[in-house]
This record gives sequence, structure tokens and C-alpha cells, in this order.
Amino acid sequence: MTARANAAPAIDMRNVSKRFQTEAGPVDALRPTDLTIAPGEIVGLLGFSGAGKSTLLRLMNMLETPTTGVVQVAGADLTSLGEAPLRRQRRKIGMIFQLFNLLSHETALGNVAFALRVAGVGRRERRERAREALKVVGLEDKVDAYPAQLSGGQRQRVAIARALVNEPDVLLCDEATSALDPHTSLSILRFLKRLNAERGTTIVIVTHDIKVADYVCQRCAIMQDGAIREWIDMSDPRPASPLGQFFLETAKGWTDETVLPDGSA
Amino acid sequence: MFDALVQYGDLLQKAIWETLLMVGITMGVAIIVGGPLGLVLYLTGRGGLMERRWFNEVLGYAVNALRSFPFIILLVILIPVTRFLVGTSIGPRAAAVGLSVAAIPFFARLVEQSLRDVPRGVVDAAISAGASYAQIVRLVLLPEAMPALVSSLTITAISFIAYSAVAGAIGAGGIGDLAIRYGYYRFETEVMIWCVIVMFVLVQLTQWLGSWAARAVDKR
Repeated sequence: MTARANAAPAIDMRNVSKRFQTEAGPVDALRPTDLTIAPGEIVGLLGFSGAGKSTLLRLMNMLETPTTGVVQVAGADLTSLGEAPLRRQRRKIGMIFQLFNLLSHETALGNVAFALRVAGVGRRERRERAREALKVVGLEDKVDAYPAQLSGGQRQRVAIARALVNEPDVLLCDEATSALDPHTSLSILRFLKRLNAERGTTIVIVTHDIKVADYVCQRCAIMQDGAIREWIDMSDPRPASPLGQFFLETAKGWTDETVLPDGSA
Repeated sequence: MFDALVQYGDLLQKAIWETLLMVGITMGVAIIVGGPLGLVLYLTGRGGLMERRWFNEVLGYAVNALRSFPFIILLVILIPVTRFLVGTSIGPRAAAVGLSVAAIPFFARLVEQSLRDVPRGVVDAAISAGASYAQIVRLVLLPEAMPALVSSLTITAISFIAYSAVAGAIGAGGIGDLAIRYGYYRFETEVMIWCVIVMFVLVQLTQWLGSWAARAVDKR
């Protein structure tokens, strides 16, 4: 860890913003934001719906193109890369999603092998490596199952195997456990923690669930209205903003005295 | 009733082949031209992978314009083109020109809609895995939309079996032609009834085949 602390950041964003043009006019999904994440960190982006956390995450692999700013991830400036180099760089940045986003016409093996197929890995090798990745997530017996035949937790494991098969430096998680029941969520989160401990994978987790952030993350950005309001160290959380305090209360359990983030009781 | 079948059996058989030829050519052109056109409409449309608003608008208007022609008028307008391509304006091959021109935008819109129904998140996952646009089309969009594409093909085939009968009005040949010339102009009601029965069977067979194929490719 000490060696890594001096290394270049896993993610470095400077003055990054995102403005969407809608029928109703421009919407600032993300106001100009700076953010640095060190290799091996697990960082949470916490906020309510529409706070801009998913937009911020999707900027980290250029699923969204920033309106302004520079996005450096895994040692390259994504905003200055051409299309082919950007695609290669994306293999170093895995991503998983709330609704898993698996290919319905491919088996578990086919879904994981997809990430290797687009990288030009030969059929035999990609089947072997995909099988290995499915073993890592505990699905060695579901290799030939289609997503429709799998439970939500199993589907997310397939998606994780797909994200990890290229051995990424960074894993982006967009509400990855929001559609799962609590015990499945916990087992997925444990897996992410283990992944971080064993491989040193940098993990960024978008969630509106403070329990997720509390259990997995080392620090959290509290987001609201397209901006990071404050950073919270999860080992010693002392939120200053009403929103941060509300989240902390939520982690401890709501009471009749819990104050809502807008100040109302 | 069966006397008519004996008497006109050969004509009916010829008409069936002519209808199959017309619809076959039409479906071939619909797939080869209409399919890619639908893909382009989808890719350049709002929120598409290669969004080009102006291009998409113009293309959309062109497709709609073609679709607004009453079919029989389209056939008449296309007569010079048909003469140029086939050398004649009557017969099943000539009718296939008009049918194909009508089928291209029809199928294209169905393809566009089928692709639109592929969840955006699946495309996001492919992009984040480092897939190129060509790979996304080939490995994600087309296979994921395949059940819907097969259904679109079935709908197109059945619609154009019916359209091919309309083309009979301008001497296309085929079952519709037979029904008009013998059943209507010569008051041979039994021929008319047999024509309707044959059309019914063709449509049913197409639907069965289409539904079976759609189920076979659907893993959801």
C-alpha cells in the first residue's frame, strides 16, 4: 500500500463538468468538479436520485463525454484519446450496473467471453479465461446458463466476471446492489472488498444506500445538485453538511428525531 | 366447388408460384436494403450511437414520403422504372419492383423499432467493455433484437402477400390477379373462393413459421 500511495492516481479529474441539452433547455448534471482517487482505494459516491453521481461515474470511462475538463484514468487522459486507444483503455476500467446489462442471447460464458472477444482474444483462450473468471465469482456450475435462467445475484456475478476478465485497474459500480435483496447485496459487496484486498483493484461505488458505503468504502463523496458537497472519511465519519448528517443518521437507524436533509423534521 | 379446382388447378398452381416469386423477391430486397436502412435510422436517431440529427430527419422524411403513397399509385408511378429494370410492366417480376420499393421503408421502420427496444444499458455495458460500434452492431444489437427482427420479417411477409394480391389489379400475375380476372371479371365465384383459401393458407403458414423462428432465437 505504501508503494502505491506515491504512485500516480488511479483516477484524476480536473474541472470536469457535464451539461445535457434537453427539450426544456440545458441541464447541468455535473458542475465543474475536481476529484482524485489513489490506486487501491474504495470510494463511494453518495447522494439521492439526480444528484449527478451516476453522471460522474459514467465520465470515468467516457460513457458520457465531459462538457469541460480532463479525465485521467489508469494512466491515460481519456479526453485526449482517439477512438481506438480509448476502447483499449476501457479494458482497464471494468463497469457493473444496477440491472446487470447482460446479453440475453449469450450464456454466462458467452457474456464473460464477450469482453475478451471485442479485445480480439481467440476463441479457445477466451473460453478458458471466461471459465476461470466465472470460477472466481463462484459460478463454475452455471457456465452454460442463459441470464434468464439465473437469479439476480447470479446475473450480477456474471456481470462482475465480465468486468474483471480483462483484469482492470479500476472497477466502476453503478448502483450494483440496488436491485438485489440484502443478503445477496452483502455477498456481492464482500466479493468487491476481497477483490480490492487481493488484487488492489481501485473501486468506485455509486449508491444511495449509506449501508453500502459504510460497509465497503474508505471515503465517500456526498453529492447534491450536480456537485460534491463534502468528503467523508468512513473510518471516522464526521459529516458537516445536513445531507451528510442525514446519511449518517440513516446508517445508525432512523428515529422520530431524525432531521431530513432539507431541515424538516 | 372441386370441379373448379380440377378445371383451374394448373392456373392456380401457376398463380401460387407467381405469388411466392413476387413475395420472395420483395422480402429479399426488404432485408438487403430495408434492413441496413433501419439500422442507419436507429444509429443516427436521437440518442443513437452515431447521432446525426439533420441526416436522420431528412432520411426519416424520405422514408415517410415513400410510405405515404397509396400502394396502387406507387405501382403506376414506378412503371417507367420497372420497364427499365425488368423490360416489361406486367407479370410477377415487374410487380416485384413496386412491391420491393414499398417494402423497403416498411421493413426499415420495423427494424428501427426492434433495435430501439434493445435496452440501452446492454449497449453501455458493451461500450465499457471496449467494443467498437461495428462490434456493438454485430455482437449486441442485431442478436439481441433478433426475436423482434424475425417478428418484423413475419409482419412484412404477411403484409406483402396481401399487397401482391393488390398488384394483381395491374396485371402482376399471382393469386390476386387470378381472383380478379377469373373470379371477378368472369364471375367464376369458385375460383375466387379458392384464391381466398390459398391466400389464407399462405398467411397462416408464414405466421406459423415466423412465430416458430422467433421463439427459437429468443433466450429471454
